[in-house]
Amino acid sequence: MRGPLSLWIGAALAGLFAALALLSFVWTPHDHTVLTIAERMRPPDAAHWLGTDHFGRDILSMIMVGARTSIAVAIVAVGIGIAVGVPLGLFAAANRGGYIDELIMRGNDLIFAFPSLVIAILITAVFGPSAVNAILAIGIFNIPVFARVARGGALPLWTLDYVLAARVAGKGRFRISAEHILPNIANMLIVQGTIQFSLGILAEAALSYVGLGAQPPTPSWGRMLADSQTMISLAPHLAIFPGLAIVFTVLGLNLVGDGLRDILDPRVRRAR
Amino acid sequence: MTLLAAEGLTLAIHGTPILRDVGFAIEEGEVFGLVGESGSGKSMTALAVMGLLPNGATVTGQVAMGGRDLISLPEREMCALRGNEVGMIFQEPMTALNPVQTIGDQVAETLVVHGAASRGEALSAARARLDRVGLTADRFPLTRYPHELSGGQRQRVCIAMAVALRPKLLIADEPTTALDVTTQAQILDLLEGLVREEGMALMLITHDLAVVSGLATHVAVMQTGEIVEAAETEVLFRKRAHAYTRALFAASEHQPDRAVGVPPVPEPVLEVREVVRDYTLPRSSLFAPAPKLRAVDQVSFRLAAGESLGLVGESGCGKSTLTRAILGLEPLQGGEIWLAGAPVLAPHVPNEVRRRMQVVFQDPFGSFNPRHRVDRLVTEPFHLLGDVPDRARRIDEALVHVGLTPADKEKYIHEFSGGQRQRIAMARALITRPDLIVLDEAVSALDVRIRAQILDLLADLQAEYGMAYLFISHDLSVVRAITDRVLVMQAGRIVEAGETEQVFTAPAHGYTKDLIAATPRIPSEWQAAGLVGA
Amino acid sequence: MARYVVTRLASLCLSLVVASLVIFAVIEVIPGDPAAFMLGLNAEPEAVAALREELGLTGSVAERYLSWVGGMLTGDFGTSYTYRVPVADLVAARLAVSLPLTLYALVLSTAIAIPVGMIAAAGRGRAADIAVMGTTQLGIAVPNFWFAMILVLIFAINLRIFSAGGFPGWEAGFWPAMKALTLPAIALALPQASILARVTRSSVLETLGQDYIRTARAKGLSRRQAVIRHALRNAMIPVMTIIGLQFSFLLAGAIIIENVFFLPGLGRLIFQGITQRDLVVVESVVMLLVFSVIVVTFLVDIAYAAIDPRLRRRG
Repeated sequence: MRGPLSLWIGAALAGLFAALALLSFVWTPHDHTVLTIAERMRPPDAAHWLGTDHFGRDILSMIMVGARTSIAVAIVAVGIGIAVGVPLGLFAAANRGGYIDELIMRGNDLIFAFPSLVIAILITAVFGPSAVNAILAIGIFNIPVFARVARGGALPLWTLDYVLAARVAGKGRFRISAEHILPNIANMLIVQGTIQFSLGILAEAALSYVGLGAQPPTPSWGRMLADSQTMISLAPHLAIFPGLAIVFTVLGLNLVGDGLRDILDPRVRRAR
Repeated sequence: MTLLAAEGLTLAIHGTPILRDVGFAIEEGEVFGLVGESGSGKSMTALAVMGLLPNGATVTGQVAMGGRDLISLPEREMCALRGNEVGMIFQEPMTALNPVQTIGDQVAETLVVHGAASRGEALSAARARLDRVGLTADRFPLTRYPHELSGGQRQRVCIAMAVALRPKLLIADEPTTALDVTTQAQILDLLEGLVREEGMALMLITHDLAVVSGLATHVAVMQTGEIVEAAETEVLFRKRAHAYTRALFAASEHQPDRAVGVPPVPEPVLEVREVVRDYTLPRSSLFAPAPKLRAVDQVSFRLAAGESLGLVGESGCGKSTLTRAILGLEPLQGGEIWLAGAPVLAPHVPNEVRRRMQVVFQDPFGSFNPRHRVDRLVTEPFHLLGDVPDRARRIDEALVHVGLTPADKEKYIHEFSGGQRQRIAMARALITRPDLIVLDEAVSALDVRIRAQILDLLADLQAEYGMAYLFISHDLSVVRAITDRVLVMQAGRIVEAGETEQVFTAPAHGYTKDLIAATPRIPSEWQAAGLVGA
Repeated sequence: MARYVVTRLASLCLSLVVASLVIFAVIEVIPGDPAAFMLGLNAEPEAVAALREELGLTGSVAERYLSWVGGMLTGDFGTSYTYRVPVADLVAARLAVSLPLTLYALVLSTAIAIPVGMIAAAGRGRAADIAVMGTTQLGIAVPNFWFAMILVLIFAINLRIFSAGGFPGWEAGFWPAMKALTLPAIALALPQASILARVTRSSVLETLGQDYIRTARAKGLSRRQAVIRHALRNAMIPVMTIIGLQFSFLLAGAIIIENVFFLPGLGRLIFQGITQRDLVVVESVVMLLVFSVIVVTFLVDIAYAAIDPRLRRRG
């Protein structure tokens, strides 16, 4: 039905950019590090499918290499969120109602008061700008997101009889969390992971755009947009193509996330 | 005179047939009982009459009322009819009211929406109706919110709402199933009074034969979308013409074969001594000490090896807390629990003690991890035994003993029905050969025929293995059928204890008397006549 | 209700204290000597000592923290090292742009999203719903600063309806100032409105499946009446959560989008602060941002209790 179709369209879009990123390691149409001032700000033509930028670099090649930055930053940031947030959430749920739970959830609320931009500002102010900042800033912001999803998914499971049966069988909180809770919230985590992945790409673009992310000469989509800004009236294609790359990647990931939710979430499935 | 007549009602939802050629008639001012097991289509029949079927439903046939056919009536006119000529209440009072609106507004809305009164008049009418259903102004002002009321009180609000405009017909879909037995009796009394005083007809939908026997003039029995038998109540109860009706009666009167009486055993399997369990409630102000709720108060009893002990009480009486304490899942604030000569000290109960007791829960759907196969599910307690050499053989044996086959171990839990799941739960409980199995409302979620089968299984397994049962239930008839002795619990205390038959025939404590009096019963002369006729 | 407000207020204060500790630790403790950090590697020791004196960095960490917090409570945010003016004055001038922009976008986003989400829910599966779901799916994927650039390209450069950037100041009058903020607010609001519309739609749909809606229908309410009288208020509870969260996204977005429109807001101030290593400015602005997010969270909590009577009794 509608779910699977949009899932496949999304997977194709996201897959396309992932493939371009991987391809860029071995081949790009032009060398993105070569500046050819004579060919600057060319509109799209046969030699440069998406035109050239203000230094005469091939935009398609830069988008391909930039995809690497975006995807890498977003993946690592999701990884940080899962690796730290999920155990915290499971631990809070296992001690629900206790002061440990309260402490973890209050800590989560506190991190929510620091948007990733603010974390990036703090880190950059002290350590200077870099792609690692972007990863850390987005990753830290992901921690409470995953902690909440994990705790929220785990809490109703803890009231179920099979968890009680496992407790009667003498199993401890950690073992129950690993055996009975985690596998049953894995679906939710996968869906949330996809959403955070797409949000990560948006956030990375925003941070690079204001200069808090990847630094030149590393190409990144946000950086390309920042560079194009002053020339937007002369050469709009400089701004349009990197922006579309972001839109399509994020759109693809969101479609995948929605599609997976439709397939994996029993609540949605039953409602159909 | 006939108030409402359904004829040839056939319903399918997304192509799945739900009702087939259903026909019945409700006389003015009578109580009409519609009885059937879950999934028989009785609720859908009511929703079809109300024109509130879910999306994707296609319905044919007629429902005649006051010269109109409700099935083909335009939605606009149905809106004018609902709440005005036909009112309806539902099973689950906890979720039936809007949580963010006061009860006064919700009752008054019935009047306002039909243009019967201005808001001010409607509110005073609402006050009168709430008084009539037993929610008096001093304790239940109109400004109360639903979350401040108990389930029974909320059901009263629903009734007040449904009868605010004195409809000719009230449809009640399992109105007391979610309620305790004493509350059920009060709600049934209220409904009966409304029928009598206001000349209203009542369509009472229930799974419980005993409930209709005391109330209904006519009864229809439904099975898989069809009415298989319909007659005057006494006639139907005495004749039991249809095979399905007979099966329903047989199951609800079922008494499993079991050796009555227990050989005196000096050492009890379970001994509970003056157990106290307190809960800390949220503070009423920032600085006041947190108040405590005593859920279990000085409870003591013994359970002999091979004995079957019942624990009955209404919701909130502390029986669940006591159960969890016995299972070693709740810390105690006083007293001791001993199992087979060893203390049960939550939360760190040694495996050697744990393996001597197992549990079967109420909900056949929440009792198993959906991602594990049956072999893994039933062997969860092997964790307590350490290394089990003949694992595979014991799985097969346990499954066979509960009436399943060894091949079932490869399956996942969603492939089984509710009754089969309770069998798997028994297999899981049996696998460590425990001395005690706690049955926590283990048959309460099952339909009456499945329940009878599971009760038989429990009796057989006890005869074979000789373990003791602690049978916790709110359902007195089930407890009576399966236990040797019974404890009656009220507000955290055991108020009466004794031989089951003794307690049921000659209850000593006032609360026990109330409980037994409140339990609906099929008149015994109807049962006897039925047997003679058969 | 009073107890609920008091506990929320206590939680608000605690959050502010912890947040200020975190910010203080990152800015003033991690770099070691902030004065040396601000002046860079080649600074003369005398200059560093003078700056340390000027910034009041001579006491212990605890004393410095207390004097920083105490200063903020009395409206003294310190003096900017680069601008040589009180940070409070700098921030006040910039806040007069960023805060109205954020609120403008929040109002736009809510005003668009809630009706759109309701229309989609009401016609579930029909053309309007499919159109809304498709458009919002796209809207979520669009980075607001890029959308801003596209708006500039269309409305300022090609159509010349709006100016491409700059801010005349509130002295120039309310309407000219609002006009200058309109394109940025639209750019900020539409992606957030996409999210909010989807949340509204699913929340309304979920509420429509509740038992009390069936009860209301059994009373004789039409579908429409049941939605208006019973579904909406319940459906607003999750929507409120998202609106609260969106404030922080919009505030961050405003800071970023000021770059596109050359608006003299907090964004420009803080990014200059970073490049010029003006830690006093960075610290104050970050604290202000976090403060406003925490206060909005508190307001949302209070609004919850206004909607949901079940919360009022709890602490």
